[in-house]
Amino acid sequence: MAKPERARDEAAVAGREPSAAALLEVSDLRVNYGAVAAIRGVNLSVTAGEVVALLGANGAGKSTMLRTISGLSRPRTGRIALEGEAIHRLPPARIVRLGIAHCPEGRRVFGSLTVAENLRLGAAARADRSGMAEDRERIYAMFPILSERMTQAAGTLSGGEQQMLALGRALMARPRVLLLDEPSLGLAPLLVQQIFRTLAELKAGGVTMLLVEQNINLALDLADRAYVLRTGEVSLAGSAAELKADYEAVAAAYLGARP
Amino acid sequence: MSGMQRLIVVVAGIALLGLFSFSAPAMMNDYFVRILTVMCINAMLVVSMGLANGFTGVFSLGHVGFVGVGAYVSGVLSLSASAKASYLPDLPAWIAGLHLSFLSSTIVAGLVCVVLAFLVGAPLMRLSGHFVSVATLGFLIIVNVVLINADDYTRGARTFTGVPLQTTFPWAMGWLLLALVVLARIVYSPKGRAWRAVREDTIAAQAIGIDVLPTRLSAFVIGAFFAGAGGSLYGHYLGSFSPAGFYFAYTFSLISMLVIGGMQSMTGAVVGVIIVSILSELLRNLERGFDLGVVAVPPLYGASQIVLGIIFILIMIFRPSGVMGDLELSFGRIAALLHKGRKE
Amino acid sequence: MSTELYIAQQIINAVSLGSLYALVAIGLSMIFGILRMTNFAHGDMMMVGAFGTLVLQFMNLGFGWAVLGGIGIGALAGVVVERVAYRPVRGAPEVTLLLTSLAVTYILENLGILIFTSSAQNFPLPEWMDSAFQLFDGQITFTQINLMTVALTAVALGALGWFVTRTDIGLGMRAAAEDMGAANLVGLDVNRLIVVAFAIASGFAGLAGILWAAQAGVVEPHMGFTPLLKAFVAAIIGGFGSIAGALIGGYLLGALEVFIVAFLPSEISPYRDAIVFILLIGFLLFRPNGLLKRSQEVKL
Repeated sequence: MAKPERARDEAAVAGREPSAAALLEVSDLRVNYGAVAAIRGVNLSVTAGEVVALLGANGAGKSTMLRTISGLSRPRTGRIALEGEAIHRLPPARIVRLGIAHCPEGRRVFGSLTVAENLRLGAAARADRSGMAEDRERIYAMFPILSERMTQAAGTLSGGEQQMLALGRALMARPRVLLLDEPSLGLAPLLVQQIFRTLAELKAGGVTMLLVEQNINLALDLADRAYVLRTGEVSLAGSAAELKADYEAVAAAYLGARP
Repeated sequence: MSGMQRLIVVVAGIALLGLFSFSAPAMMNDYFVRILTVMCINAMLVVSMGLANGFTGVFSLGHVGFVGVGAYVSGVLSLSASAKASYLPDLPAWIAGLHLSFLSSTIVAGLVCVVLAFLVGAPLMRLSGHFVSVATLGFLIIVNVVLINADDYTRGARTFTGVPLQTTFPWAMGWLLLALVVLARIVYSPKGRAWRAVREDTIAAQAIGIDVLPTRLSAFVIGAFFAGAGGSLYGHYLGSFSPAGFYFAYTFSLISMLVIGGMQSMTGAVVGVIIVSILSELLRNLERGFDLGVVAVPPLYGASQIVLGIIFILIMIFRPSGVMGDLELSFGRIAALLHKGRKE
Repeated sequence: MSTELYIAQQIINAVSLGSLYALVAIGLSMIFGILRMTNFAHGDMMMVGAFGTLVLQFMNLGFGWAVLGGIGIGALAGVVVERVAYRPVRGAPEVTLLLTSLAVTYILENLGILIFTSSAQNFPLPEWMDSAFQLFDGQITFTQINLMTVALTAVALGALGWFVTRTDIGLGMRAAAEDMGAANLVGLDVNRLIVVAFAIASGFAGLAGILWAAQAGVVEPHMGFTPLLKAFVAAIIGGFGSIAGALIGGYLLGALEVFIVAFLPSEISPYRDAIVFILLIGFLLFRPNGLLKRSQEVKL
């Protein structure tokens, strides 16, 4: 990617950033899958209380981004920092303990375990074990259907219910940053609306999120800022309002044609 | 390298090795000749084992079962009539009357194993991964149980003796060369490429129309032939043996040769045999205890095996593709070597 | 002897044998469940446990303590093997893991030969274990060893059941066995879970080894080889990877073996092991997921 574009995006991001220091900061990240460069020099940041959307076509590197932040993949070079502390070399368990929870693509609930057990596992890496009962109650309040199905095996839940469970499980870790990978994937529109309403409530409650999402409209409605990834690089960045207004720029950023 | 050149290299190689094997007893003392003979037999077994294992992605742990069957079948067939009468009085009449030459009994042993491999392999080669390994290990056990219990034919767990010591170095070398030539022809033919495709990616191979089951079965059966023949050679080298000699210890020995040398190539198999045989001999000599001057290390029987096992694990950790890795001694390489020589 | 009493005696034998197979099979399934690895060295943990108890007894520890110590030594051995030999090759193709476990077996058995020689050693039992309960005028014998086998197995199984369902570590192990990736994702310390799995599995095998040695009266370095393969059969019958399946498979196999020896013509008895493995092959071909339904596919 040509230099001037990168400088433009960095400036765009820097200009829009609130004066508070970034909670999560990714600097010049490069990640390989074998010989293939999945992420080729990405800079992004998330400030406390923000919702940042990560958009892009399939294969652009969005999921890789989240996996690397969670510690499931190791970067070749670059730095990921949580409140200034480097986390990109830590094992996944430590990263969760430090406060980054990952709600994965495809939900990945533990089908043979009950809803209650799945939630309990969400708190497994938590350093502070007090207040677990209250946290559970809060999640049951947020997702009453989970409360009903508390002793049921998670594998018997519907897609939407599993998504709620996955979200609840991630929240049980009392994360400082919540990573969401395609929460709308495979769900009926009604359920998707419900999920995003819940996400909006969480945002109102101050949860910081990095959201990977195929559904651009929902994502931009929820987010404060957004990045568009294309073939492993940031091809566009800006506030959600700006991106919503300039549809063509977003499309171009997805597909690669420069306006 | 042209076809003619290749033929010349092959014939020259065979002639050289043949010459060496005939003249060796005159050139070196008996101990070394015996070691070389065993190495040839093991090389044949390892290469044939590698056929099923390395080349088709199926790891059979039952190879030594075929070796045992080969040893006993050929042993029974080549015992002289009087030996049969004294050691195996309860043999059925038609076998008691048979007395075959070394070559015939070896070939029969191989063929018996072919039939056995068909019967065993047809159901087993459908399985995958560790299931095959466990199932073929089960085959090894079944063979062991049958050998121990069919004592009318095998003298059971007691030593089976009286087998004429007919395996000389030339015989062993000859069979090894035969095995190498046959297997090389197969592995580097279009069919062989299909087999290697099956190992690399079973699903992709099926997608382009390679039928996995017959491929694996053929490799298994051909491997079994040479295992049986090798068993005969081994039996006629030892002169006496028992079922325990064709069980887990021998299996591990052969596997370690295959793995340490490299599972992906025939050269690896041969190299592995050389390395492990030499190492085993050296270590076995050290087992009797030695004097370092400052300290005297006491006899530690069994320690050589432990060292071998540790080396095996280290290879698994640091170089799982073995000493040879993916390299094969091919005609291309030989040509390159010859050219280099000529340039200088 | 009347038929009912004969059958009752065989049931006692079957339960006794089945307990041993169940203990070993459970460990095997546990390790496979969490690591997708066929641990051939598992059988040698039986030997380690039995020899451990032997050595502790020589050091004049009471029998009870020696048994506990033997189990502990077995557990420790499993943890060491995992750390030294298996962790460095984690993630490697299945063949590599399998071969590594073969190498570990080879090393352990030869270590046993080196230290204890390859001949069988007497496994002394305290005097109170020599007695037996004779019922129905001595037609049914229920030895102390039978009793100890059943009792200790029950205790072990009960403890395992409690552990797996009620503790956080047990929950984590169940999660990791189902989906290792997701387990990593929720921040479970997978290394620790694997260590715990190996400790429990090897401890169980050690216990099985001690009980086996008690029944046979001797210990020798190769004692674990055949039971290991039988345990495979049991685990596969019940569904490889499933602890409950291994439990059921173990007892079914025990019953089957006793049945073959007790009720079939005596010419067949020596071929008992062969029959068991033919059964194994049958299962692998026609019912690879075992008797209990599991959602694992078996690919070609």
